[in-house]
Amino acid sequence: MEINAAKRGPRLHVKLAGELDHHSAEQTRNMLDTLLKDVTVRDMTLDLSEVTFMDSAGLGVILGRYRILSMRGGHLTLSGMSGAIDKIFRMSGIYAIVDRQ
Amino acid sequence: MDNYMELSFPSLSVNEGFARTAAAAFAAQLDPTIDQLSDLRTAVSEAVTNAIIHAYGSDPAALITLRCEREGRKIRIMVKDTGCGIADIELARRPFYTSKPELERSGMGFAVMEAFMDRVEIDSAPGEGTTVVMEKELEGRRGG
Repeated sequence: MEINAAKRGPRLHVKLAGELDHHSAEQTRNMLDTLLKDVTVRDMTLDLSEVTFMDSAGLGVILGRYRILSMRGGHLTLSGMSGAIDKIFRMSGIYAIVDRQ
Repeated sequence: MDNYMELSFPSLSVNEGFARTAAAAFAAQLDPTIDQLSDLRTAVSEAVTNAIIHAYGSDPAALITLRCEREGRKIRIMVKDTGCGIADIELARRPFYTSKPELERSGMGFAVMEAFMDRVEIDSAPGEGTTVVMEKELEGRRGG
């Protein structure tokens, strides 16, 4: 998994590229949590336009980061989902708690 | 049955991508749509990941078997392990239930398999391993 991050004020914009499955979950989680150690980050946008595969393991990673942000009063925004990834998000009900772009 | 393939590979997470790609490559003979292939890849990934996380843990000595069969336009996929088995299958299928919350799992594995395939059967007993059988009818590109 490749991660590119840019911070503007309290908002972190993160672009993921690659496959988000159980195999890449731990590495992805660790990289995102390193970025979220910066407590001035309130909101994060995850750009998934270059994520070529995601299953429920990826959903677990995203839900975990949502919890971290919501505990500090921030928001998670998801953008660039393919149809397949959107299908998993829709069935999980995650759109009720995160923003989508 | 018109055609089949069977593979065995060790219970290592790096093989999740291999298994779903192999199943999709087998299904390609039915000229499926991109969406159908994507559904198959996701369902296989869920079943293989369950075997790795729940049945065995990462263990290079433990084997997972993936079998794909084609019958007309139907694909049947079997993912078999000889690991710890599932005590309560109904509970395991329940959306958002996970036996390993500490791993930050979403508990959506079986729900995703059920949503992306036409039929999902789980044959399992404690100490006797688990076999997941999933079927999907790959309708033609023009819906016929």
